[in-house]
Amino acid sequence: MRRRGIAPVGSWLAFVLVCVWLVMRADFSADLSAFLPRNPSPEQQLLVDQLKSGIASRLVLIAIDGGDAGARAQASMALAGSLRHDPRFLHVANGEVNGLERERQILFDNRYLLSPAVRPERFTVAGLRDAVQESIDQIASSTGLLTKSWLTRDPTGEFIQVLDQAGAVESQPRMADGVWVSRDGGSAVLLARTRAGGAATDEQEHAVAAIRAAFQAHAPSGLRLSMTGPGPFSVAARATIKNEVSKLSGVSSLIIAGVLLIVYRSALALTIGLLPVVTSALAGVAAVSLCFGTVHGITLGFGTALVGEAVDYPIYLLLQSENARDPSDRPHARWITAAWPTIRIGVLTSMFGFAPLLYSDFPGLAQLGLYSIVGLFTAAAVTRFVLPHLIPTGLRLRDLAVFGSRLLRLQRAASHLRWPLVGGFVVACVVIATHRDRLWNRELAALSPVPAAEQAMDMRLRADLGAPDVRYLVVATAATVEDALAASERIGKQLQKLQDDGVIARYMSPAMYLPSVAIQKQRIASLPAAPELRRRFLAAITDLPVRANRFDAFLTDVEATRGRSPLRRADLEGTALAEGVDSLLVQISGQWTALLPLQAPDRPDHAIDAARVRSAIAATGLSGIHFVDLKHEADTLYEGYLRAVILLSLAGLGAIIGFLFLVTGSALRVSRILAPLCIAVAVVIAGFVLRGQELTLLHLVGMLLIFAVGSNYALFFDKGGMEGGLAPRTLASLVVAATTTVAGFGLLGFSTVPVLNAIGATVAPGAVLALLFSAILAPRP
Amino acid sequence: MAQPLRTFLRALAGIALGLALAASAGSLDVAQLMSALAKSQRSSATFTEKKYLAVLDKPVESSGELLFVAPAHLEKRTLQPRRETLLLDGDTLTLERSQRKRTLRLSSYPEIAAIIESIRATLAGDADALRRHYRVSLVGTSESWSLLLTPLDRKVVAVVSRIRIEGREDLVQTVEILQADGDRSVMRIDTGAPTAQTP
Repeated sequence: MRRRGIAPVGSWLAFVLVCVWLVMRADFSADLSAFLPRNPSPEQQLLVDQLKSGIASRLVLIAIDGGDAGARAQASMALAGSLRHDPRFLHVANGEVNGLERERQILFDNRYLLSPAVRPERFTVAGLRDAVQESIDQIASSTGLLTKSWLTRDPTGEFIQVLDQAGAVESQPRMADGVWVSRDGGSAVLLARTRAGGAATDEQEHAVAAIRAAFQAHAPSGLRLSMTGPGPFSVAARATIKNEVSKLSGVSSLIIAGVLLIVYRSALALTIGLLPVVTSALAGVAAVSLCFGTVHGITLGFGTALVGEAVDYPIYLLLQSENARDPSDRPHARWITAAWPTIRIGVLTSMFGFAPLLYSDFPGLAQLGLYSIVGLFTAAAVTRFVLPHLIPTGLRLRDLAVFGSRLLRLQRAASHLRWPLVGGFVVACVVIATHRDRLWNRELAALSPVPAAEQAMDMRLRADLGAPDVRYLVVATAATVEDALAASERIGKQLQKLQDDGVIARYMSPAMYLPSVAIQKQRIASLPAAPELRRRFLAAITDLPVRANRFDAFLTDVEATRGRSPLRRADLEGTALAEGVDSLLVQISGQWTALLPLQAPDRPDHAIDAARVRSAIAATGLSGIHFVDLKHEADTLYEGYLRAVILLSLAGLGAIIGFLFLVTGSALRVSRILAPLCIAVAVVIAGFVLRGQELTLLHLVGMLLIFAVGSNYALFFDKGGMEGGLAPRTLASLVVAATTTVAGFGLLGFSTVPVLNAIGATVAPGAVLALLFSAILAPRP
Repeated sequence: MAQPLRTFLRALAGIALGLALAASAGSLDVAQLMSALAKSQRSSATFTEKKYLAVLDKPVESSGELLFVAPAHLEKRTLQPRRETLLLDGDTLTLERSQRKRTLRLSSYPEIAAIIESIRATLAGDADALRRHYRVSLVGTSESWSLLLTPLDRKVVAVVSRIRIEGREDLVQTVEILQADGDRSVMRIDTGAPTAQTP
């Protein structure tokens, strides 16, 4: 190392150390956060909260297959039994009723506080007579067998009212051997609700592991356990991304290293050449961690592919420089004078292309943008300012001039393909234009890392279990729990009307589990004092076939309720009822929010007439109440991303054009540089269209990358054109660079994670085509 | 010449059939009863049900209509004292009363299932279904038979001691359910047409 290299090499080492420190402290995630907006609207915030920690996000749907029905039922009971003692789970349901005895007891003991029928007129002589007659009729009915034992303690049938209210929201899966089974009876099914939200991947991973362990501890061999739901999915997605990122990056590193070793014929050159790559990866992760707090797994996966691009700069340096003729010769200094300006333009072009992504509200995309900008800049800067000081003077590489000359002859021949290429471009444009309506996939699900088979299984289990797929919500926000519950009660009255009209199938409300204190006090006030109640009750039953002396327990229970304070959340602690309240009544930034999920009527489109719901909400006369369709919000969100990314990409393209024009000062040169890149992008898109694949956001990112990578090739050809011909060595270096890019991104195309696959499948062919088309369209000397 | 012969043959056939019926009437077994019951694919009737309950001084009475369509569809429409429709289709029990509709899985409510299945399986002539839930014994002749069902499931026994179903030929006439606590209900079924048989 020469003395004047100390400063740059020293600061590089310091920079690397800082980056390593930042990377080691970085927090890595693979949850939904990458897809959720950074600055959400209130409705989007609700969507985000629901996706991250809402009731639906905590559900784990479990199926036990294999063996015979008896063995599955045994396994289901054993699994539920041990999970019920696990504090990680709020609630485990498998159809066994013995799990709900305490809940039934609470409902029975508090029936006069919980029954919506408790009003002053119900406890008049006439009201009591009607209520008791109704109870007797109930006993005469087909289900009378179940209710007759309650008559003497609950002659007005309040417990049935409470159960009816609760039963309206209960799911009723099929039963066999005492446990829930799938509709075809082929598997035992269970429903668990975790304490942690679905987006808390670490906690979900522990929950999933706990379920597996509990299953394996009891289940005989031959039974299989499967799980779906947001939690297990995010755990699996993280594992998949982690696994694929390490596997793909390992393989692509090997391929790239192998290619470079063959080309350089020097392990030292290979090592030196990889320094900018490693530095750029570290810097990229460090920058993302610094700006975003967490680094998403997808950013890492993308980073492994960008290795193929970052490695280009040292390739240009090492391959375009001639071997030193004597110790005083400075081939690298000559390279800096001759080639660096072109590369600098290429790097800046790429950075301009990615810069608009930083403004994306889609954090996943903003992370990719930042990673790319920092990564490419670092790789180029380290190549330019550090590497020349590290290359020993005596380093001798294979001279690619001969190989380059051969390529050059090929390239001259290829220039005859100009017109066919223009024809191809036209065809590609026609293909795209005719398919423009079906070009984009507009569903957020397109980005989901969950395989289609797993998603189908989730749908099946949801139908088996009648598990809520919370889509429609009425949301009421208030300052206190009491106000939120009171608002829920007023909305509930309106929703009941909608339910009676068939606009909605049913609704849930936190007030069903825990009425507001005001309502409970009203109910207590409706209950007459013991002597008065006795007098009225005796008068009420004179004509009824019941004997008065049997009803002492009823009179005692009512009197006890009169002296009781209203039921509070704390009284429900540790029961399914508390969980019901907590999932529907949440504190968000100091405010209490009541969630009232609506279930769509059984219509083919499973949709709710939003206008009717909105007018019902307006009829309450309350403010701060919204009707939210979460699927609509999610799709709007994604459409918004898509529109924004299309605009941002166009802005990126505009920035590239503007910058190139500034540098070259010639519209002709700008169009000559960009033409091959545009054709490459068009051909790649047309390829997707012809294969019937719809484009997502990430394909767009891939197209930006084609511009970033391809601009280097085009710029060298442009420079060659200006200087009366491309140097053979330069052409050879471009081919090597394109090979490593394809190795990096091409492997990503084998990923099962849709986001990574999209980028790989776009960039790898795009880079090859960009080089090919640049060669074909290069100006003839 | 041919006419008298034909008449004679018909008469002979009639006697033979009568003898066969008389022979079987003496020793009716469950299989015979079930195959007779299984012949009718669809039957409708009215019913009157009386429940004798300890909590009530007087029996409560309800009445309405029954419709059975083989093999698994049973409708019980109560008209008095209060309208209620109970619809059983396979494992799905739909209960509609006072504008409230509830759908249950029969298998989730073994006590109700025990009672309803006794009627449905008998009407369907499904001996296997009966034997899945009950110990089955039969007394009487085809003119007047009495089928006694004792639940097998311990949980059901805690609620239902036994069910006695009485009838004549392929007609079910009474269903009596005796509960473990001594309460009982008696349902009288009237098809309106004592000889109504599906051709």
